[in-house]
Amino acid sequence: MFRIAAENLTKRYEHRWVLKDISLSLSTGESMAVTGPNGSGKSTLLKTLLHLERPTKGDVRWFEDDRELDQSESGRLVGFVAPYVQLYDQLSAEENLKFFASVGHGNVTGKRIDELMEMVGLEGRAHDLVGGYSSGMKQRLKYAVALQEHPKFLFLDEPTSNLDDSGRKIVRDIVEVVRAETVLIIATNEPEEYAIAQQQCQLGD
Amino acid sequence: MPSSNANLVTRSLAILAKDIRLELRSRHALNAILLFAVSTLSVVSFSVGQSGLGPHVLAALYWVVIFFSAIAGLSHSFVREEETGTGLLLRLKADPDPVYLGKFFFNLMLLMFIAAVVTPLFFAFTDATLEQPAPFLTITCLGILGLCASTTIVAAIIARAASRGALFAVLSFPLLIPVLLVLVRASQKVLDGQSWGEIASEIQFLVAFPVVMIVGSILLFKFVWRE
Repeated sequence: MFRIAAENLTKRYEHRWVLKDISLSLSTGESMAVTGPNGSGKSTLLKTLLHLERPTKGDVRWFEDDRELDQSESGRLVGFVAPYVQLYDQLSAEENLKFFASVGHGNVTGKRIDELMEMVGLEGRAHDLVGGYSSGMKQRLKYAVALQEHPKFLFLDEPTSNLDDSGRKIVRDIVEVVRAETVLIIATNEPEEYAIAQQQCQLGD
Repeated sequence: MPSSNANLVTRSLAILAKDIRLELRSRHALNAILLFAVSTLSVVSFSVGQSGLGPHVLAALYWVVIFFSAIAGLSHSFVREEETGTGLLLRLKADPDPVYLGKFFFNLMLLMFIAAVVTPLFFAFTDATLEQPAPFLTITCLGILGLCASTTIVAAIIARAASRGALFAVLSFPLLIPVLLVLVRASQKVLDGQSWGEIASEIQFLVAFPVVMIVGSILLFKFVWRE
């Protein structure tokens, strides 16, 4: 059982408060949608939960059962898809998958790469440079990278941005498959997307 | 080898291999450094090449070319991660130590390549003569190690800053002054025909400097990378 807990998360940029006293706790199988108008701090909250930004006040802790995970361990257990997360344009899809697996202590086989590429609808494109992909194809590949090591925490920021109808369906299918085994946090303003989460965190009130 | 060390080596090599592959496919840093090195050498050779300059001036010119070539391109591997938006996922997935070591060895290879191009051209374009190649090459290799050890951590620090271009030179220069002064003095002695014994104290400094810088950088880098 995995769990993420945040207490009194507060984030201030210069004189502007982006997050104020956000507390949450989510365990495996639970999901939460973070909603709010543009600039309300949805992405900042996700990055703070991921330890990619330091909160002005409060703290974030990750657990496996009752054991607290350090930052290196939590990084290996997480999948993250967001419009501002980029892959290497000058590497192929396969090279990107292998690289992120290898730096995260993992290993990804050719068979697993084929599975992932098929799952995101990019079969036959594993050897193409990512720089030649459309924005929708890049978004699909980000899901392949995020899911390659069977993450225990899945963070999705604007999960269907740049995707066509079939891409949106792929994302819905992925979420249905992984939600029972992951802690799922989605930042979105699409009613269709936040409806799939069990809890909602409304920012910017 | 303990498994954690083997893991560190494997992951550092993965970062290094990725950076080499990106560089070979884009050649951004390589072109910038090579262009700078060759154009500086050309200016030096046209203006003072055969005018009988002493070893002290030639040694300074040699290290000026190497120093500014390093400044022109060594920040690139960290800056590229931030400019292209790949740094976020790398920070999430990779531990700091392999990232530092991978980038350090990438910079070292880049500067070794540049030195391999610049050094023979320098002796061809100027009237410098080398009676003892071994001490000169040793000084050059140790100097490059020192330059990389200092500039890699500075590149990591400035990568997320807004005005990173100027900041890299401004922050690197104070760190590099001691090693540059020693490098120029040691190179001047060798060009002047002095032997190993005469440059022993400089060699000691040039060995100690990168060791101190690398150990300090590894300790500091986890804060730079994750803050």
